[in-house]
Amino acid sequence: MLENRRHRLLAWTFGTILVGLLVLGSVAYATQSRTGLGVTGLSREMPWGLYISQFTFLVGIGASAVTVLLPYYVHHQKVFARALILGEIVAVIALTLALLCITVDLGQPSRLINILLYPAPSSLMFWDCLTLGGYLTLSVVGLAATLFARGAAPAKWMRGLALATIPWAIGIHVVTALLYAGLAARPAWMTAILAPRFLATAFASGPALLILLAGVLARAKVFDIGREAVERLSIIMTYAAAASVVLAALEAFTATYSGIPAVSEHLEYLFLGLDGHFGLVAWTYASWLFVLLALVVLLVPRLRQRQGLTYAATAAVLLSVLIDKGLCLVPSGFVPSPLGHVRDYRPSLIELAIVAGIYSGGALVFGAACRWLLISDVPSQSTIHALNPPPPTAREPGMATAAQMEN
Amino acid sequence: MKLGLSRRELLASTGAALGAVIVTGTASRTTLGAEGKTGPRWGIAVDIARCGNQSGCRACIDACHAAHRVPQIEDARHQVKWVWKEAFARVFPEQTHGWETDAHQQAPVLVLCNHCAKSPCTKVCPTGATWRRSDGVVAMDEHRCIGCRYCMAACPYEARSFNWVDPHPSPNPGNYPARTAGVVEKCNLCVERIDNGQIPLCVETCTGTGAGALTFGNLEDASSPLRRLLATRQVLRRRPALGTEPRIFYLV
Repeated sequence: MLENRRHRLLAWTFGTILVGLLVLGSVAYATQSRTGLGVTGLSREMPWGLYISQFTFLVGIGASAVTVLLPYYVHHQKVFARALILGEIVAVIALTLALLCITVDLGQPSRLINILLYPAPSSLMFWDCLTLGGYLTLSVVGLAATLFARGAAPAKWMRGLALATIPWAIGIHVVTALLYAGLAARPAWMTAILAPRFLATAFASGPALLILLAGVLARAKVFDIGREAVERLSIIMTYAAAASVVLAALEAFTATYSGIPAVSEHLEYLFLGLDGHFGLVAWTYASWLFVLLALVVLLVPRLRQRQGLTYAATAAVLLSVLIDKGLCLVPSGFVPSPLGHVRDYRPSLIELAIVAGIYSGGALVFGAACRWLLISDVPSQSTIHALNPPPPTAREPGMATAAQMEN
Repeated sequence: MKLGLSRRELLASTGAALGAVIVTGTASRTTLGAEGKTGPRWGIAVDIARCGNQSGCRACIDACHAAHRVPQIEDARHQVKWVWKEAFARVFPEQTHGWETDAHQQAPVLVLCNHCAKSPCTKVCPTGATWRRSDGVVAMDEHRCIGCRYCMAACPYEARSFNWVDPHPSPNPGNYPARTAGVVEKCNLCVERIDNGQIPLCVETCTGTGAGALTFGNLEDASSPLRRLLATRQVLRRRPALGTEPRIFYLV
């Protein structure tokens, strides 16, 4: 538990960098507030960019708490007891960051309250705010209750709360997808497959992030979600990533085989470039390469047994979704523009600094949460074993486990 | 593996939640401010050939932009436009076949907000900062707008502009209200003039130059010059397949 001097030094260095980025992001946001969104790489033809992309990605991470809630509360998978705490912390932080991303994107953030003062139920953005707010509240209550339970079996009402949270979690991401999918002006998004794709990428990227964070926490001897939980999260991630690839391929088929220019041009822009603009081509291939290589590693038993390789594959899944949802999806929807204009989008340094600041804030809060909530809450080893009973029989050595890393 | 929740329980609770969302959604839609059942419904006809023959003419654009204090910005990425010209092939991509002359493809066509009868922008606005008036004009309140730009994403005509930078770096004259950076704006069909019984400035200016390419009128009045043009001429509308029902008509 950070008693190790090297760990302490690492934590302080990392913390200092994060605080630095947070300050940098705040300065960048002050500049943007003073001079307007003209300091971003956005334009007439490209009204949404990195902020809205990152919002979409983070809502997915927030929604992916389902991947621990559902097994634990509905299927009584007790091995998820500790992953649940981690999952809930990550969900609450991710949603808060998502809301920050929306706020920094607004031209007049001080008027945000107008969404509540003049509610417009015909707008999906109204429903998005409602579902996000509701889900965030449920998650905070759930997290607080889990922490107060201190490793004991959750209270009865907790199960009711968790069961209520599950459809909300799916709801936030579906509503976020519908926000895009209902626009006749943007054929790239106007597809019924967008919502399932969002869910698939969310249930791949969320567990991937949890596995990586759990690995770091276990190595730092802060918190251990247990080997079995990691293995099962890895399985969920693998199949969700595979499903997302299938859904994307199906979308690519209807878009290209039908040959309707309005539907296929954005894919042309992503994969081949359009009218001499190649802004997202390299990113698109990177995203596909990452997820396909990761799937090979995660599905071939001989490769899956290698601990370092599986961690790399997990990181690749996360990166792939981060690029696809967090960078490519939103800008490519605006190409070509309704009047046939093609304008590349490159986030400005100000935009990058603001997003880095938001993530740094999230990382600092996560660090503090681990330090104060998890460490003070770590049950004795016997409790851990009670929560995560060792497997009765030898099982296939798969994902790296915390126990292995501690050796 | 034993399920902690019976399938029936799960289905029932999910169904109830979905039902609640659908009921509240449809109930609120019916209460949305709709266009009036009676009264005028404004529209404009643009004679493509007459307007195109006035090569280099910017009379209506300059008059509109001056009257509405539309910011003049050099950077193409940040420009604010209420009415402007685009190449024919861009405005009517479905009406081009590639065998026409370059001049025909590049012929400038006047574009502006279509004041759609089924406007996607007003549907998506989360604050009601843009709405359809009872006379069909799609109006905009730049002082309620939060600057989320959802309307820009929803508009299939690129008719909406965002103030990426300070629109009034130096005080410029005019009665039209000033706005700040961070809000969306667009053509308002000169509601400030219509409400005083005047016709939109672009139409008045065009008539003044003698070009007579623009005709404004009430679509509900069968005897209006606009209706006569629509009944007798061949008419195009921008992207009619999207079902937005534009009220700017292009005479071929």
